[in-house]
Amino acid sequence: MTGARLAAAHQARRRFLRGFLAVPSAAIALVVFVAMCTAALIAPWIAPQDPYDLTQVSIMDNLLPPGTEAWSGMTHWLGTDGQGRDMLSAMLYGLRISLLVGILSGLIALAIGTLVGLVAAFRGGWLDAVLMRIVDLQLSFPTILVALILLVILGRGVDKIIIALVVVQWAYFARTVRGVALVESARDYVEAARGLRLGAMRILFLHVLPNCLPTMLVIATIQMAQAISLEATLSFLGVGLPPTRPSLGLLIANGFNFLQSGRWWISVLPGVVLLVLIVSVNVLGDRMREILNPHLRR
Amino acid sequence: MIEFIIRRVAQAMLVLFVMTLLVFFGVHVIGNPVYIFASSECTRECLDEIMANLGLDLPIWQQYLMFLGNLAEGDLGKSFTFGVPAMSLIWERFPATLELATASLAIAVAVGLPLGLYAGMRPDSLVSRAIMGFSMLGFSVPIFWIGLIFILTFSVRLGWLPSVGRGQTVQVFGVPVSVLTRDGLAHLVMPAFTLSLIMMSMVIRLTRAGMREVLHADYIRFARASGVRERRVIGLHAMKNILIPVVTVLGMEFASVIAFAVVTESIFSWPGVGKMLIDAIAVLDRPLIVAYLIFVVVMFVTINLCVDILYSLLDPRVRVGGGGP
Repeated sequence: MTGARLAAAHQARRRFLRGFLAVPSAAIALVVFVAMCTAALIAPWIAPQDPYDLTQVSIMDNLLPPGTEAWSGMTHWLGTDGQGRDMLSAMLYGLRISLLVGILSGLIALAIGTLVGLVAAFRGGWLDAVLMRIVDLQLSFPTILVALILLVILGRGVDKIIIALVVVQWAYFARTVRGVALVESARDYVEAARGLRLGAMRILFLHVLPNCLPTMLVIATIQMAQAISLEATLSFLGVGLPPTRPSLGLLIANGFNFLQSGRWWISVLPGVVLLVLIVSVNVLGDRMREILNPHLRR
Repeated sequence: MIEFIIRRVAQAMLVLFVMTLLVFFGVHVIGNPVYIFASSECTRECLDEIMANLGLDLPIWQQYLMFLGNLAEGDLGKSFTFGVPAMSLIWERFPATLELATASLAIAVAVGLPLGLYAGMRPDSLVSRAIMGFSMLGFSVPIFWIGLIFILTFSVRLGWLPSVGRGQTVQVFGVPVSVLTRDGLAHLVMPAFTLSLIMMSMVIRLTRAGMREVLHADYIRFARASGVRERRVIGLHAMKNILIPVVTVLGMEFASVIAFAVVTESIFSWPGVGKMLIDAIAVLDRPLIVAYLIFVVVMFVTINLCVDILYSLLDPRVRVGGGGP
């Protein structure tokens, strides 16, 4: 890249960031999201205890309300759950898993969907028709049902829930990328690249793909919020993650049994974290959509 | 036209066939259901006998053919846990789900339409922004979490509404209905409202978008210019055009509301098909899981087929396009 192009890219990035921060809600959402990701990343170092290390957890401390001092002299600011685990620590570890599942499944689905969409748009013909029929078929069923069936078949596990989330998400990416790629392929610069007799692969990945990126970024963000929400729902229903590695959804499900007896903190607190996470990701996605393609509003 | 319908029906049949394959073989991969029936002192012979009784000793392709043959007769096998035909269990519980879905549809329209109209008429007011914020929450917040907060607030804290079951029902044409009794209604309110939130957000957004578009149309200006009262302009002239996309989307979404009822029903222990599915999954009741899935797939394919055909009647361009875009 030449200096001028680097400078232009730098300027575009700064313009993007400034447009982003011009709206207070988006700025707050960005700060919250970054803070949550950081907290999840460094959870093992900042959590008051390792909630899954049995030597640190005592069943004697179970169901303590927020702010109570435990036998060990440690204060549980957010209370403890049915097994005596510190809720703050459990939530930090849960956030880690929720984010891991959401981001990883989103990225894999993005990669698969992009590949399928690009190939369908560029090859056209029967391959395009078949691929898009499969996408139509999949999108005509609600995601929760498809994911539920898959997890019943696959069983529990972090890898399995990621597979299920990828399966329900890839079609969105494929359809969107195909649409954008079709529009881009008709542009003059692709014609020019063809005129230079550049290879199809080169045109596809170096010329068309970069121009699809803004749209993909928007869809990826919104899909990530969907994935986190769906994972929480599935874990709540008792399929998905194993009880040994609880995400936020599973923590909420565990607390549900105590809700009727008025012990609200076990399910409400992880729920609040989940809510803030999903809403901030959605606000980010909405703002990105407004900046990147102003005519594509809900 | 006839050719179009035949082609679409053939496509629908193909989808159904593929789905029976996927569902049947998919569900057969999961654990062996024999152990649900076998007592702990069951020997090898006794296990074999149970397998033979359930038809599980046959090769899998033969089981599939039997399944298809029975399916054609509307028989989806007996539930392992209840010992009665799976289809009869579904028909027994489906009215509860249907009632829940219908009630939530009604709530979504009754609340969402006025809010959307208001937000469309005054797009920049503070209230409109609050409405739009609310609709974004409705889209993004997992509904199980909302149901949980409802239970905590209205059942545990305030003690106003019951959180479990369906309450007292009344028989209407042999079908139990909750809406007609006070007790049943109290049981219905929370789950129906929880389930309606996604649809409500959708109605708000569609109505607002429609309103903003329609208000600039010539016929609205002419109606105003000719002195028609504002209420009539909005309530009749604008409304007629706004409702088309709203009704279309709601019609298509109704099936997925029934699917999402799985979540709502398990939170509120609503005795519908969704709760039944989760219970069936927990005990690996294969015929019941398969029956539910086939039931839902048939419902979806039928609704999609109807929407396609209706569309082609309303908009002839669809027919020319034929298959894909």
